[in-house]
Parts: sequence; C-alpha cells; structure tokens
Amino acid sequence: MSNGILRQMRPTFFYALLGLVFMFAAPQVLQLFTIINLTTAIALAVLALSLALIWGYGGILCFGQVAFFGLGAYVYTISAINFGGSTWAILVAVIVTSAFAAALGYFIFYGRVSDVYLGVITLTVTLIFFSLIRRTSGPEYKIGNALLGGFNGVSSPPINLPWNPTAFLFPEHVFYVAMAALILCYLFAGWLVNTKFGRVCVAIRENELRAELLGYDSRLYKLGIFTIGAGIAAIGGVLFCNGVGRITPDVFSLYNAALTIIWVIVGGRGTLIGPIGATFALFYLTSALGGQSLFNNNLVLGAILIIFVLLVPKGVAPTVVDWVSARRKPAAGRVRRRRNARVEGAE
Amino acid sequence: MSRQRGDVVVETRGLCMHFGGVRAVDQVDFTLFDRELRCLIGPNGAGKSTFFKCLTGQLTPTAGEVVIRGQTMTGAEPFEVASLGVGIKTQVPNVFDGLSAEENIWVSARRWHDDRRARTVTSDTIERLRLGDIRRTQLGRLAHGQRQWVELGMVVAAEPWLVLLDEPAAGMTHEETYRTAELIEEINTTAALIVVEHDMQFIRMISRQVTLFHEGGILMEDTMDAISADKRAREIYLGHRA
Repeated sequence: MSNGILRQMRPTFFYALLGLVFMFAAPQVLQLFTIINLTTAIALAVLALSLALIWGYGGILCFGQVAFFGLGAYVYTISAINFGGSTWAILVAVIVTSAFAAALGYFIFYGRVSDVYLGVITLTVTLIFFSLIRRTSGPEYKIGNALLGGFNGVSSPPINLPWNPTAFLFPEHVFYVAMAALILCYLFAGWLVNTKFGRVCVAIRENELRAELLGYDSRLYKLGIFTIGAGIAAIGGVLFCNGVGRITPDVFSLYNAALTIIWVIVGGRGTLIGPIGATFALFYLTSALGGQSLFNNNLVLGAILIIFVLLVPKGVAPTVVDWVSARRKPAAGRVRRRRNARVEGAE
Repeated sequence: MSRQRGDVVVETRGLCMHFGGVRAVDQVDFTLFDRELRCLIGPNGAGKSTFFKCLTGQLTPTAGEVVIRGQTMTGAEPFEVASLGVGIKTQVPNVFDGLSAEENIWVSARRWHDDRRARTVTSDTIERLRLGDIRRTQLGRLAHGQRQWVELGMVVAAEPWLVLLDEPAAGMTHEETYRTAELIEEINTTAALIVVEHDMQFIRMISRQVTLFHEGGILMEDTMDAISADKRAREIYLGHRA
C-alpha cells in the first residue's frame, strides 16, 4: 500500500540526508588520498545497490552483476575517447548496458530459465567478457580511436562538465559526482520498490505462481527490474573507471563477481542501505588487511562470508530491524490497548 | 435444481493431458454456464486436479481445446487466464509468505484498480472475510486454515466473474469449512464457480450440479443426490466413504 509513498520512504530520505552530510563533510576532514579511494568504494556501493535491488527485491540471483558494471565502464571509456567528452559517453554507457541486459534477460525470463541456471548463465557471460577482453592486446583491437589494450586495459578519460569537454573534473571533484550519483541511485531505487511495480516484483519473489494467478506477467516484471538493475550497475562502472583512472578486464573476474554477492549477503537482502554499508565496511577492511601480511586477505573475506551465512543469515540490516521492532512491539501493543480502552470508555 | 442457465462461460472439447503413457485426462468435453456452481469430484488420480491445471494454464494440454467466454485459452499462461477476470485458488496454499495479509490482498486488488480504489477493496475484503486480527501478520507465521482464507481473500478481492477453486476446504476446521461454504454461496451470486473437492460433507453443503471424474474422463454429471443413488458411482467412489 503506497498510502503516501513519501511516508514509506522516510527511512530512505534519512539515509540520503546522511549521505549528503557525508558528501560535504568528508572532503573537509579527510586527505585527498582517502577521498580518491572513497570514490572507488562509492562506485562499488552503486554496484552493490544494483544487486540489492534485483536480488533482494526481484529475487533474481544474478551472479554476474559485475558484467554490467564492467560493460558500463568499458562502453563509457571507449565512447568518451571517441566522442572527446564524457557527457554523451555516460548516457551511451547506461543505454548500451541496459539494452544488453534486456536482450540477455529476454531469453532468460521468457525462456523460463530456472533460478539456478540464471546464476550459471550470468556468471558465464561475465567470464566470457573476461576471457574475450583479455585477448584484445594487439593494435588491431580498436573501436574507433580506442585501443582495447588486452589485460592492461584502457585508461579512462575523466568526467567533464556537461557539454564542456575542456572543463574536466579533478579527482576531488569526481568524489562529489560519485557521492551525488550514489544518493540519486539510492533514492531512485528506494522509490521504485515502493511503487506498484516494485511491490509486484516483491510479490513475484515471494511466489511467482501466485503472482501469475493474480494476472501479473512475471516475465515482464523480472525483465524490467533486471534491466533497471543493469543500468544502475553501469552507472557504478562509469564512476569506477573514473575513480581508478582506467578499466581492465579484471573487473569481470570470478573474484569480483563473488565479492558483489558477499556484500549483499553481509548487508542483507531485502534492504538497500544494508549492502551499501557492507560494501564500504568490507572495502575498508580489505584495504586495512592489505597493509599487513599476517593473514591472507581472501582467507579473512571467506571467513566473514561463512560467519554471516551461518550466524547472521539475513544479513546485518534486516537483523537490526528485527531486533529493534521486537523490542518496540510490546510498547506499541500497550499504547493501542490503552487507546482502545479509552474509546470504549467514551461510549 | 431449476437454475437459470445463461451463456456458456467455460467449455472444453476433447481435452487430453497425457504424461508419457499415462492418460491423466482423456477426451473431456465439459461445459459450465454463467453463474453456475459446479463441483468436480472423483477418487484420487481421477484427473480432477490435472483438468483444473489445464483450465488455469498451469499445464498445456496434449490435445483438445479450452474456451473461456468465447476465447480459446488452450496453452495460455496462467496470468493470461487470470487476466480475463478469473479468480484461481490452487490445491496447495499459494500465498506471499513474506508479506502481510493486507499486502497479499492489496497485490490482488491492485491488478484491477488504481491505488486508492485498491486500498478500499482491500479493507472491504479484510472486513468481509474477518481477517482484521491478522491483517498485519506475515503469512508465513499463520496457521494453514488462515492462509487458505487469505488466499480466498485474494480471489475475492479481484472481483472475478469466474472462480476456480481446487480443494478450498482442505485442512480446515469444521467451523472454517462451514464459513467457506457460506463464502462460496456468496461468491456465486456474482460469479460462476468450479470447485474441486474431496470432502463429501462440504460438497453436500454447496452442491448444485456435480461432475464425477473417473480414470481421466467424466463418468456422470448430475445432482449430488442422484450421484449418491447411482450404483456405479457408489462403487467407484462413494462406496468406501458414505
């Protein structure tokens, strides 16, 4: 029930506001090096958000969300090199990625491929990108003026002010763009899950047959949320290659594909803020672990995944929500009972 | 029963559903008229549920035709059948376990109405089916009978003109069964119904015309009293029950 979609979105606005405060406060206190690093984390958070949307709300376990992320980054980079500016390149990156996802999704959903095979297919597509682009190191592999560069990748032109290619942004400014993009994507996703479309997607996640028996074409809704998720992942990809300065085929690796899933598991399916928070937390954990040599980085990540799957299977955000509402419920019941008593007394 | 017979709303011609060598449904010609209330009975494996699944698009028949209100729906997707204004309840409760009773019913009402109207229909349905106490409870936490009722609520909220129910009284208490029978009578004032049932007492409560399935085909179609009196019918089905 969207009785006041704005009221439903109150927590979303709250977190968006926190993000806004962070966006303007962080550059005042943090060093430039940290800010540049943060830009990469923000890009990954947009990727996590996109998977939180399609897995957490659409029930589609896409194992290859990085395929759309990487594709967005590559399309942006190649377009920006050819166009000599980023304005149209960003748009082209989002459109091409969404169109690719729509075509892939069409065969998956209209072919009624089951959940497990959906995971296999999306992962395979990711690994195909990985192998394909790694082999493009020769000078013959170029699109327009852009050399694909094989496993060395391509250096990405920085974002510029709209329709002003000479006024490109410095890393400290890219941070603002990334943060603003994350907040806008988050607000958009938060709005989407509260619309009729979003609620029907959740219903399909809960019971696809029942949704169909109520007259909803589940294929269409799944394709819709899958495509939108891919578009958001592409925005993450654009931010990512801007933060790092280049894009390499490593973005399509199995490691990154699995990492995205871990962020959503740790953060919690069925929330949007959880996976975003988990991305930042794990990104900083990985950076911190990189500075020591006592433990293997991947070993720690693996341990975290196992701990969460076993002990906090719902993820952090839903567990916290359950805990808070469980503590609140008795009080709310008391208030209602008292109110009822008053009404009866008045009669 | 002198019921006003209107237009044909459901018709199957030579409907067959074969699984390998098993003829679950074989050459079934079936007709349902507007505002009719028809019960499908028969022993286990008689083909009632398979027939039901062919009507609702959950199975694509091997041969034959399904026509609903003049439209050929053979091999249609379930959502296409439902989109004609057909309310369907399956044998196993099919509900949205992670959503509240209210949300479950809203999803059904929202298919047909704008948001404001859907909310009105939802609260009307909750009142009508006396689901007020559980409106905010997640379906996964409810008892079997209550979940059945929410599912019936979803069917009613769509304001269908044709209702297909597969074992609506399965697993319900006596009191719940009685109320279900009442609800079916109520639905029947505005819609035609096909009810697949096992519970003979329940069928006696609601029945007008009964279709008896046996070995994938229709054995006879008559009133419950006539079927109870028929020797052959008693032998294959009622003998060990009544």
